[in-house]
Amino acid sequence: MSARVKPYDGAVVCAPVTVPYARFSPESAHWWTGRALQALSQQTGLKPGDFDGFCFASFSSVPDTVVGMVQHMGLSPRWMDHIPTGGASGVMALRRAARAVQVGDAEVVACVSGDTNQIDSFRQGLTGFSRFSQDATYPYGFGGPNATFALITDNFMREFGVSREDFAKLCVAQRTNALSNPLALMKKPLSFEQYVNARAISDPVHLFDCVMPCAGAEAFIVTTPEKAQELGLSVARIAGTIERHNAYPEDAVQTRGGWGCDIDELWAAAGCGPQDMDCLQAYDDYPVIVAMQLADLGFCTKVDLPQFITENDFTIPGSLPLNTNGGQLSAGQAGAAGGFQNVTEGLRQILHCPLGDQIPEARRALISGFGLVNFDRGVCTGAAILEQEVLR
Amino acid sequence: MTLLTDLAGALATGQVRVVDLTNTLRADFPVIVLPPEFGQCAPFRMEKVSRYDDNGPAWYWNNISMNEHTGTHFDAPAHWVTGKDLPANTVDAIPAQDLIAAAVVIDISAEAAANADFVVTRDFLEDWEAKNGAIPLRHWIALRTDWYKRVGTPEYLNLLEDGVHSPGPDASAVEFMVHDRDCVGLAVETVGTDAGQAFHFNPPLPAHSILHGNGRFGLQCLTNLDKLPTFGAMIVACPLKIEGGSGSPLRVVALIEGEAT
Amino acid sequence: MSEPLIPPKKKDPLLNTRAGHVPPALRSRAAKAMAARAGQGRFVLQACEDCAHVTYPPRDRCPKCWGALTWQDQPRGAVIEAETTIKASTDLFFRNHLPWRIGSARLDAGSMAIVHLHGDVNQGDRVRMEIKLDRGGNPALFALPEKETLNMADDPQLRVFTADPKYRRILVTDGRGPVGQAVAEALVKAGAKTVFLGNNDRLMRYPGQEQIEAMEGIEPVPLSIADSRSTEALAAQLGGRVDIVVNTAQHTRGGGVGFGGKLSDLQTGLDLEVSGLMRLAQAFAPAMSGRSDDGTNAAAAFVDVASIFGLSGKAGYAGAAAAAAARLSLIAGLRGEMAQTGIRVMSVLTGPIDDAWHQDIPPPKTAPVQIARAVVSALQQGQETICAGQVAKEIFGRWQADPLLTIREETQ
Repeated sequence: MSARVKPYDGAVVCAPVTVPYARFSPESAHWWTGRALQALSQQTGLKPGDFDGFCFASFSSVPDTVVGMVQHMGLSPRWMDHIPTGGASGVMALRRAARAVQVGDAEVVACVSGDTNQIDSFRQGLTGFSRFSQDATYPYGFGGPNATFALITDNFMREFGVSREDFAKLCVAQRTNALSNPLALMKKPLSFEQYVNARAISDPVHLFDCVMPCAGAEAFIVTTPEKAQELGLSVARIAGTIERHNAYPEDAVQTRGGWGCDIDELWAAAGCGPQDMDCLQAYDDYPVIVAMQLADLGFCTKVDLPQFITENDFTIPGSLPLNTNGGQLSAGQAGAAGGFQNVTEGLRQILHCPLGDQIPEARRALISGFGLVNFDRGVCTGAAILEQEVLR
Repeated sequence: MTLLTDLAGALATGQVRVVDLTNTLRADFPVIVLPPEFGQCAPFRMEKVSRYDDNGPAWYWNNISMNEHTGTHFDAPAHWVTGKDLPANTVDAIPAQDLIAAAVVIDISAEAAANADFVVTRDFLEDWEAKNGAIPLRHWIALRTDWYKRVGTPEYLNLLEDGVHSPGPDASAVEFMVHDRDCVGLAVETVGTDAGQAFHFNPPLPAHSILHGNGRFGLQCLTNLDKLPTFGAMIVACPLKIEGGSGSPLRVVALIEGEAT
Repeated sequence: MSEPLIPPKKKDPLLNTRAGHVPPALRSRAAKAMAARAGQGRFVLQACEDCAHVTYPPRDRCPKCWGALTWQDQPRGAVIEAETTIKASTDLFFRNHLPWRIGSARLDAGSMAIVHLHGDVNQGDRVRMEIKLDRGGNPALFALPEKETLNMADDPQLRVFTADPKYRRILVTDGRGPVGQAVAEALVKAGAKTVFLGNNDRLMRYPGQEQIEAMEGIEPVPLSIADSRSTEALAAQLGGRVDIVVNTAQHTRGGGVGFGGKLSDLQTGLDLEVSGLMRLAQAFAPAMSGRSDDGTNAAAAFVDVASIFGLSGKAGYAGAAAAAAARLSLIAGLRGEMAQTGIRVMSVLTGPIDDAWHQDIPPPKTAPVQIARAVVSALQQGQETICAGQVAKEIFGRWQADPLLTIREETQ
């Protein structure tokens, strides 16, 4: 067991920003990133010179990393970081920025992810995605993530008796949640029948198991409680976080993520349990991963998943509000920003400034990230518990 | 210079006509076939260098390659071992004066049609002279076989399992041509001046051996000998001036007298 | 069982030909090393020199101890843990071949791999793994049924990784010799629709002519690859119909370099074997490339039969070995070009052929039927390099282990 993780005293999270998504965009990742910074500025009054920390995530900013982006955006930070971990990038940016603020390496950190989606950029992005996928995944039918997750889903369903009907319940609930979010790309209700009867994309993955790639940006600020007060911003505290990469490499087909390695520490640090969460903002690129997280994060065991899903209501007024903005499945997957929207949406719910409907009395959000299918499975996982601190 | 002026006038009026005795040089024109253990005669090859394209936008030209004895060709005395020590025995050394000479045409087409292995003997030639008149001195002696009409068919080479079958002279005939009629050379339509089976003659390959051993020339793979008169044609046969060359493909033409048009 | 292939109908001239895309081609250097071995029909994975751990996908250091990795032959067994049928793809090649089945395979050798599935393979099955080369020359793990199934080679996914002669129209360049004749006969027996058999001199008979030309499926054609016009003329006539080219032309003459070699022989050999190969490629490669994904009888392969001595040189056959060396070099270049158009370029390496031009070499020699078998096998397997007969295999093995030593052995 590793050394006890220190708490995040002295760092708070605030100012969630979502730049409205677009299915396709001729603009660059730089444009979307700048648009998110502009939105942060509009919300807080902060100017480029006021940010002394910058944490950046993007798939489509090539050839620029955070370095090029800092100069492009006119920032002059004394701390910066680049988080290339996609669906895990929001939680990871949060953790890193919080530690930087806590020890004084930075005072105001802008955490931004921005990605564009030009015509054909999805295919091109896949082609050069990673060394292992280029050598050993994509040449096998080039089904993209759909095919990889189909293999994981095929195995998961058989192993744990989870059915498409169970997945349907998760997807339909997320769509219901999305209907209150004016920024969600999916604007029509999704029925159980529509989900079940949808065409196969790479079976058992069907149309409504897949996200819609799009352009967009997400951002939030990590700063000191004092600075947030000075700016008049509502804030949340970080009750606990975990992160784990390339866990369980011995598993033939992925049935669990790295959360399992550290979940007890997360709950211990936060001093609460799954039952205390007002919402779960889980990474939802394919419902099988949502189901996997429900179990790995401690809501139930894998074999109890069908029962757990049956017994719970995942809509905003339900027993376990799940991905209350609609998640990537219904709001859209804006590249790496897809790994930030769990943070921004969780934050909004507990700061009571949601895009759509508010979970009544929401005070605690569990954020879970999952990213980077490097070969045959997601490599990066992380989770964070955010608690409402001050509403302003 | 009235002679040449007259000739020019006769060419212009058609009173002297030019007969092309040359087969077209092309990749599939047969070459002599030797037993495989010997070096072989390279056929004609042509590779485009450019044809108004990126290799030469405004011009068309080819690289060509072949043996000295490919297609309609000229044999110099050095071609044969018997002529190896003669003076002026290669194409570059042959006096230009010798490249134009009168021709006598001996028609053995009927005999050759009846017997592909027909052999011309001294007796045959003397018999021919009795009927047609003497073979003049210092002439090309042309054997008309109509063999050129077989070009493009297997019967041109006429290669059977026991070798090539085509007409030609025996030693007595060649000795007669060279020593008694002082011929310039022997001109034939077949692939060689020798008969197809002449390898088995005694001595073997008498035409090559005796002609070249005595400084005489060969012309092979000719066409159109049937268009020439028995007497009175003039053959122009100028091989390429290849240094030390044993022979050369060439354009062979004959001048014949005809009616003015 | 696989659905048996149906003989393709004549093409509707109004239909567009499907463009011959290749699957995603970007690969690491390690994956290319895998391809180089897979091209010989080997099933290899990387193993650690220090801890012997076997790893996949291709890596550059061992993930267990960071030791150096080497490619080693591995057991071919595997179990399919999960499967999916891909019904949507953004890749231009796979879009034309959907649905496409893949699976997660637990390799007996010890790692997991995503693999292509034969139609007779399902989740939970034990399978036999092969590393095929895809149309772009890249390695592709393919799971086959453990035991032969009915019409197994006709599986549409498998056929994408082979150049099976079945129902294809094949040009064999030199039908005048025993090698070309044996190859032509074997291809007809392997199901080729037509074998166009080259004859560089229609005016000249050749041994075996009556028998081979009378065989059903064999169509004699005039072709001299030493002659550009002849080659172009045949391509103009057949270019759009030839699916596979097998070049069997050879001009082997004995002789050394400083001693006994004939320049005229060298020149003829180089012109026929080296220039001839380029003539053939230039005449047929473009049209074949345009038809590389044209259904059951899509253009598929360009096969060159060359002497193994092209790798090593050969005492007493210097010129012939030089021609073979040049030929192997050209073939490698052509392979690179055709990898972009989806045509496989294959080398069949022969030992001294048991013919009139190798009378001085003691046995064992390579019989024409062995060459024919190798040609058919390479096409059926999609194998890039194959040795015909024991002599070539033995020399190839030595050459791979120690090329400089092999050159020394073969030339001294």
